[in-house]
Amino acid sequence: MTAHSNQNQKPSLNIFQMVGAALLNLFEKTGAITRFIGLSLYHIVTPTYFPSQLWRQLKDIGYYSLPVVGMTALFTGMVLALQSYTGFTRFNAEGAVASVVVLSVTRELAPVLAGLMVAGRVGASIAAEIGTMRVTEQIDALTTLSVNPYKYLIAPRVLAGAITLPILVLIGDIIGVYGGYIVSVYKLGFNPNNYISQTWDILESMDVISGLVKAGAFGFIVSIMGCYHGYNSGRGAQGVGNATTNAVVSASILILIFNYLLTQVFFS
Amino acid sequence: MSTIETPKIKLTGVKKAFGNNHILRGVDLEVPAGKSLVVIGGSGTGKSVTLKCILGLLKPDAGTIEIDGQDITNISAKERDQLMLKFGMLFQGAALFDSIKIWENVAFGLIQGRRMNRKEAREIAIAKIKAVGLKPEVADLYPAELSGGMQKRVGLARAVATSPEIIFFDEPTTGLDPIMADVINNLIVEQVKEIGATALSITHDMGSVRKIADYVAMIHEGQIIWHGSVEELDNSGNEYIEQFIHGRADGPITRRVA
Ligand SMILES: Nc1ncnc2c1ncn2[C@@H]1O[C@H](COP(=O)(O)OP(=O)(O)OP(=O)(O)O)[C@@H](O)[C@H]1O
Ligand SMILES: [Mg+2]
Repeated sequence: MTAHSNQNQKPSLNIFQMVGAALLNLFEKTGAITRFIGLSLYHIVTPTYFPSQLWRQLKDIGYYSLPVVGMTALFTGMVLALQSYTGFTRFNAEGAVASVVVLSVTRELAPVLAGLMVAGRVGASIAAEIGTMRVTEQIDALTTLSVNPYKYLIAPRVLAGAITLPILVLIGDIIGVYGGYIVSVYKLGFNPNNYISQTWDILESMDVISGLVKAGAFGFIVSIMGCYHGYNSGRGAQGVGNATTNAVVSASILILIFNYLLTQVFFS
Repeated sequence: MSTIETPKIKLTGVKKAFGNNHILRGVDLEVPAGKSLVVIGGSGTGKSVTLKCILGLLKPDAGTIEIDGQDITNISAKERDQLMLKFGMLFQGAALFDSIKIWENVAFGLIQGRRMNRKEAREIAIAKIKAVGLKPEVADLYPAELSGGMQKRVGLARAVATSPEIIFFDEPTTGLDPIMADVINNLIVEQVKEIGATALSITHDMGSVRKIADYVAMIHEGQIIWHGSVEELDNSGNEYIEQFIHGRADGPITRRVA
C-alpha cells in the first residue's frame, strides 16, 4: 500500500548532484513524512488499542535507556562543574558554578544529550526492527490478519517515545545536578549546603518544564523517524541498513533544529 | 470457467508495473465460490504480485478486482479492514512474526484481529499446528527455532486459523518433503471441500496442482494465457502448458537470461 522509497539507491559522487538530490529528497519526503505523522497520530487516538504492545515499548524505549541516559547526565554534570569552575576562577566568579550546572543541565544538556543518545539507541533499533518486518513481509502479514500495522507497530512506539523521554530527562536532571554537586563538593571543596541552596535559589520551574517539553518533542521525533524509515525500508539487508542510518541521522538533525526553535519559543 | 453466479474473485485487466518493469499486463481471472483455482507460471512472472494486488497490499495501476461482485480497488481503509476478515494468506516466505511464539503466530488473527481470549485461541492454534503435521511441542518455540519447511507449515496454520472465506496460498508445498507436501495438499482440499472456502493458490508443483485444483490458470508475460479445469490440463493443446507441465527447457517459453 505504501510506496517504497528509494533507500537502495547509491549516492552519486558528483557534488552538485549530491546537493541537488539531497534537497529534492527532502522536499519530496516532507510531504510523505507529514502524511505519516498525521496517520500515526490518527491511529494513536482511534481504537483499536494494543496496551500490551505499548507496555513492551515503554520498557524497551524507556526503562532500558535509563543506564545510557543516567551515565550521560552524570558525566555531563561532573564535567560542567569542573569546566565552569576553571573558567570562572579567572573572573573570581566561582559562586556561579551551581547555577551554571543546574541551568545548563535542565534547560539544555539533559534533553538534548538524552535525545541524541536515545536517537542512537532506540531510533536505530526501531528502524531495524520495523524495516526487517517490512522486508520479510511481516507487515503485509499483519494486514492480512486484520491488524492495522499503524495501530500495532507505529502507535505504541511513537507514544512510548513521547512519554518516556521526559521521564528519562527528569531523572537525568537529578543525576546531572548530583554529578555537579559531587565534583564541586568533593573535588573543588565547595560547602555542600551553600551549593544546594544556590542550586534551589536560581532554579525556576520553567527551566525544568521547558526541558521536559523538549524531551517530549525529541522522544516523538526519535520514534517517528525510526518508524518512518523502517516502515518505508528498501528491499533486502541493504535497505534495512540504510533505513537505520537514515533514522538516526534525521532524528539527530531534527533534534538539533527543534531544540533551537523550542528554546526561542520558551526564552525569548 | 464461466458461471451464472457472481464469482467470488474476479480480476479484469489488472496491470501493475514497478518503474519501467511491467509485471502484470492485463490479468483476467475468475474464481467461482467454493472452488480452488491454481495459478501456474514461470518464476518472476508476477504470481505473487497478483495475490498482493487482490489483498490490497499492492495497488494495481489499472483494472478492477471484485470480491463477491464488489469492486475493491478503491474502497476506504475501513472497508478494507472489514474485507480482510474474509481473507487468509500464506506468504511465500512464511512471514512469521519472529518476536512472538509459534502458537501466538497461529492465533494472531484470532487474538489481535478478532479479540478472542487467549486460552480459547491457544486451543485452536494447537489444533491447527497438529493439522499441519507439527508436534504440539513446537507451540512454545520461536519461529527462528524452526526449519524453513516447518515455518511454512506454521504460516499455513496461521492462514487457516480464522476459518477465512477466501484463502490464498503462495507456494504451499515448496520446501517440503513429498510426504509432508501431500499432508498439506490434503489440508488445502479439506479447507475447500469441507469448509467451503474459496482458494487461490500458486504452485510450481504439478502433483499439488492435480490434487488441489478445480481450475488451473497459466500466467506468462503478465497475462493469463490459458485457463481451464484440471481435467483439461493434459490435453489442453496449448504449447505453453505442455512445456510447463512436462518441464522442458525447449519450447515457446524462453528464458530471458538477464
Ligand atoms: N515491491 C516490489 N518492488 C519492485 N519490484 C517488485 C516488487 N515485488 C515484485 N517485484 C518484481 O516483480 C516481478 C514478479 O515478482 P513475483 O514475486 O510476483 O514473482 P512470482 O511469479 O511470484 O515468482 P516466483 O515463482 O519466483 O515466486 C519480479 O521481477 C520482482 O522483481
Ligand atoms: Mg512468488
